[in-house]
Amino acid sequence: MMDSTVKYPAPQGNPETKAFWDATVEGKLMIKRCTACGEPHYFPRSICPFCFSDKTVWEESSGEGEIYTFSLMRKSASGPYAIGYVTLKEGPSLLTNFVDCDMSSLKIGQKVKVVFKTTDGAPLPFFTPV
Amino acid sequence: MSIKGNAYLAGIYEHPARHAPDKSTAQLHAEVARGVLEDAGLTKADVDGYFCAGDAPGGVMAMADYLGLKVRHFDSTDTGGCSYLVHLGHAAEAIAAGRCSVALITLAGKPRTGAMPPRAQGAEADFEAAYGATTHNIYGMCAMRHMHEFGTTSEQLAWIKVAASHHAQYNEHAMLRDVVTVEDVLNSPMISDPLHRMDCCVVTDGGGALIVTTEAMARSLKKPLVRMIGAGEALKGPRGGKDLNLTYSAGVWSGPAAFAMAGVTPKDIKYASIYDSFTITVLMQLEDLGFCKKGEGGKFVADGNLISGVGKLPFNTDGGGLCNNHPVNRGGMTKIIEAVRQLRGEAHPKVQVPNCDLALAHGTGGLLGVRHAASTCILERV
Repeated sequence: MMDSTVKYPAPQGNPETKAFWDATVEGKLMIKRCTACGEPHYFPRSICPFCFSDKTVWEESSGEGEIYTFSLMRKSASGPYAIGYVTLKEGPSLLTNFVDCDMSSLKIGQKVKVVFKTTDGAPLPFFTPV
Repeated sequence: MSIKGNAYLAGIYEHPARHAPDKSTAQLHAEVARGVLEDAGLTKADVDGYFCAGDAPGGVMAMADYLGLKVRHFDSTDTGGCSYLVHLGHAAEAIAAGRCSVALITLAGKPRTGAMPPRAQGAEADFEAAYGATTHNIYGMCAMRHMHEFGTTSEQLAWIKVAASHHAQYNEHAMLRDVVTVEDVLNSPMISDPLHRMDCCVVTDGGGALIVTTEAMARSLKKPLVRMIGAGEALKGPRGGKDLNLTYSAGVWSGPAAFAMAGVTPKDIKYASIYDSFTITVLMQLEDLGFCKKGEGGKFVADGNLISGVGKLPFNTDGGGLCNNHPVNRGGMTKIIEAVRQLRGEAHPKVQVPNCDLALAHGTGGLLGVRHAASTCILERV
């Protein structure tokens, strides 16, 4: 399977997102939640993109969700890959690839869970069918 | 002062090249600038406003210097492929405000000759760049979700390419001039599910340019009078992952804004230039602009409804990005140019819409399934 041979780029990181990448080393997927309006969001910001409060806190995601949409990309020098959006149980949707699976049998609405793949830096989150 | 009716499109020019390995990008900008000034009947000395986007080497300062322009107003807004539609709206604002009287807008580049520079990334880069998002698969994801929610089919999407090919056969400059069938589209190789190769636009070198001016200047020139009566622009993104919805675009905001300013409805439009980076782009935009209800785009485009002389809404009569030209992977410029040709009565006789006095040009830029812009312009013949 193509995803075991791909070398993924290491995240650059910055002060605002450092806690997220520290957590992926521990195998945890973090989201941000605003304690002023209660809304969760991803990718993480220090200021809430909804109510603009700075009272945002880190929260560990269940890492579980379902496929919102996907596409099997066949025009790729490194072989086909499945790109898609996952809607997390907690609410936010995020862009990802579906890995360690039969990419031809993916379905919208399918249950998936997070898995981490190594890079030269912090691990990156991917998703695989449950 | 309202911009409605105060800015005239006095010049249009589409570079005839589709492959230009022996020219520089700056040179192509200069060639389209010369071409559009000749079309308008103006000279470089008349230009006092200049607009260009990310395709202009070195940006607006370097480009204006290369061209030898001396301007009192400029704008380098970059919203990908719809930048030039946004520029048209901004030029109309500048003209209405008296900031300039002859605005030049140029686009040029060479993606067919060589690779384009990587797309600029924002704060999302660490969280998205590794997943291989490209235009093909991002638009593929839009189509996949549209099919899931509304039952849209590959056959329906194929009709959009079929209509474009019917128009392109009459365009001597078109990259692809062969008329194709629904079966041809479905039998072309799958690129990124569910989009086939023929669901995708061409990749072309070249460019285009516009002259936007005052009523007084336009009336002193020889071309038929075409003016802007409505403009709208909007941005859309997933906003923290809460607003992710790939079934509609920022066109749901830019379209109504433009129609409201113009005081017309989609039913009044005689010709529409609709951004066609992919077939799904057209289908979604037609829904978002109100030419049909959300989810009914598939039915709307089927059976030749977009073919000039056949269907109810003639679209992209130059062959569009799907068949004619998509210079620099940025199709907004050619959308405006063909709309003006239609309003002037200068489209090919086989695709000219009779008495075309009201046209729409609409585009999106960026990635429809992620962060993007939309711009809608409504133009009328005076």
